[in-house]
Amino acid sequence: MSVLFHIGRYFLLLRETFGRPERFSLYWSRTVEEMDLLGVKSLGIVALLSAFMGAVITIQTKTNIDSPLIQAWVVGFATRQSTILEFSPTVISLILAGKVGSNIAAEIGSMRVKEQIDALDIMGVNSAGYLILPKIAATMLINPFLIMISMFLSIFGGWLAGVETGVVVSEDFIQGIQAGFKPYHVVYALVKTIVFAFIITTISAYQGYYTKGGTREVGISSTRAVVYSNVVILFANLVLTQALLL
Amino acid sequence: MITVEGLDKSFGDVRILEGIDAIFRKGCVNQIIGRSGSGKSVLAKCMVGLHRPEEGRVLYEGRSFHDMNAEEKRSIRQRIGMLFQGSALFDSLTVIENVMFPLRMFGMMEKEEMRERANSCLKRVRIIDKDHLYPAELSGGMQKRVGIARAIAMNPEYLFCDEPNSGLDPQTAIVIDELIKELTEEFNTTTIVITHDMNSVMETGEHIIFIHKGRKWWEGNRDELLRSDNKELNEFVFASSLMRQVKKAMISNS
Ligand SMILES: Nc1ncnc2c1ncn2[C@@H]1O[C@H](COP(=O)(O)OP(=O)(O)O)[C@@H](O)[C@H]1O
Ligand SMILES: [Mg+2]
Repeated sequence: MSVLFHIGRYFLLLRETFGRPERFSLYWSRTVEEMDLLGVKSLGIVALLSAFMGAVITIQTKTNIDSPLIQAWVVGFATRQSTILEFSPTVISLILAGKVGSNIAAEIGSMRVKEQIDALDIMGVNSAGYLILPKIAATMLINPFLIMISMFLSIFGGWLAGVETGVVVSEDFIQGIQAGFKPYHVVYALVKTIVFAFIITTISAYQGYYTKGGTREVGISSTRAVVYSNVVILFANLVLTQALLL
Repeated sequence: MITVEGLDKSFGDVRILEGIDAIFRKGCVNQIIGRSGSGKSVLAKCMVGLHRPEEGRVLYEGRSFHDMNAEEKRSIRQRIGMLFQGSALFDSLTVIENVMFPLRMFGMMEKEEMRERANSCLKRVRIIDKDHLYPAELSGGMQKRVGIARAIAMNPEYLFCDEPNSGLDPQTAIVIDELIKELTEEFNTTTIVITHDMNSVMETGEHIIFIHKGRKWWEGNRDELLRSDNKELNEFVFASSLMRQVKKAMISNS
């Protein structure tokens, strides 16, 4: 089916998703559950990746710019900038698209093929709203915290690895991460994070919601969710970077 | 009462249902029978508005479902209970939460009242002390019964059951058939049961609609079924020699 068909149906699904909730309290308690499931349960992988990536960024930066012309604090500065501007918001969002996106598509997709979505519709429940809205709200609320934790751990990992391996001196690194700090860069990163959260959740939910067939198709939806979320994130990243930084 | 008039339904180029006219009576177990893949589930889903037919109308007490506005549709749907072919219980909710779900969504009850209502529905289907189990921890028959409990939680006027006893042992199947009959008589619901279990057709057999080649091929009650000389109907219902003997015995008895 054509791309235009999918884009059209995606926006129609969004319109339904943002329709009037039947019972606000139920939606809210679902949002809290989803925050735990999609956010808190991703903390481990986010922390692990961030610390290691920060360490690698520091060591690579040092080995690549090892020159008497460049001052020692530049390593810390470069680690901070690449973490805040790109690594934490974009790379971690791509990772989350893999973890959270496939989870969302698989969950909603299996509800579709097991007729559970029909069961909701029959009861007169707005199934799109009930299933998708809490996930959107949850990821848009919790991902910024995940990304801030990632930023912290990445820089911390860089510091630890740099100091432990002796490639940087602690004071130089700390001077570097404070040098020319612009709070706007954090705002920029969080705006990107929130947009990416929306992209991951809605694209994955779309893939799940329109699954047809059986368990094999649920697997296909789940893969598509990850691939399409990633592609759209990369594209949105380019657009947002131009819009917010240039 | 639900009336279906001239209903056509296709998926792409494949015509599934053609010119279906039928009346589903109140206080009666209306059975839809037919080969697997003949469009029975599609017909039920057209009736409840999960599929949109290309032609024809579905009337609830004389009012066309597809002409209703969103609010009216929602209100009709809250009066429909449906048991799906695969039970369609929500995996992430326990037994009691599944039954309470429609009450929490639409009911005006206090939490305790909801629990009581859900418990009385579960008792009705003879599920006791299973409140906190998840659907995956139940047998197929129990899942069906919990599905029925959820379907009747809101006191529906219309009860749809898609193959309520497929995949069950004969004894459990009979219990479920009897339960559906009881509920129908007690609450005077318009009940639609899709089945290809000939045992339950012979047991219940109040009003039977045979779907064949996308059309309503035959309609009647059990006695008429036994005497019918409709070729396709006989081939379908009396396919086994056992059923043919049952037929002989029942005719000579009456
Ligand atoms: N959503 C759908 N999209 C396309 N084809 C469908 C859909 N649902 C059912 N069908 C087709 O319609 C036919 C009738 O299906 P169904 O009503 O489920 O049969 P049954 O009588 O066994 O319940 C089958 O050939 C099935 O493949
Ligand atoms: Mg079926």
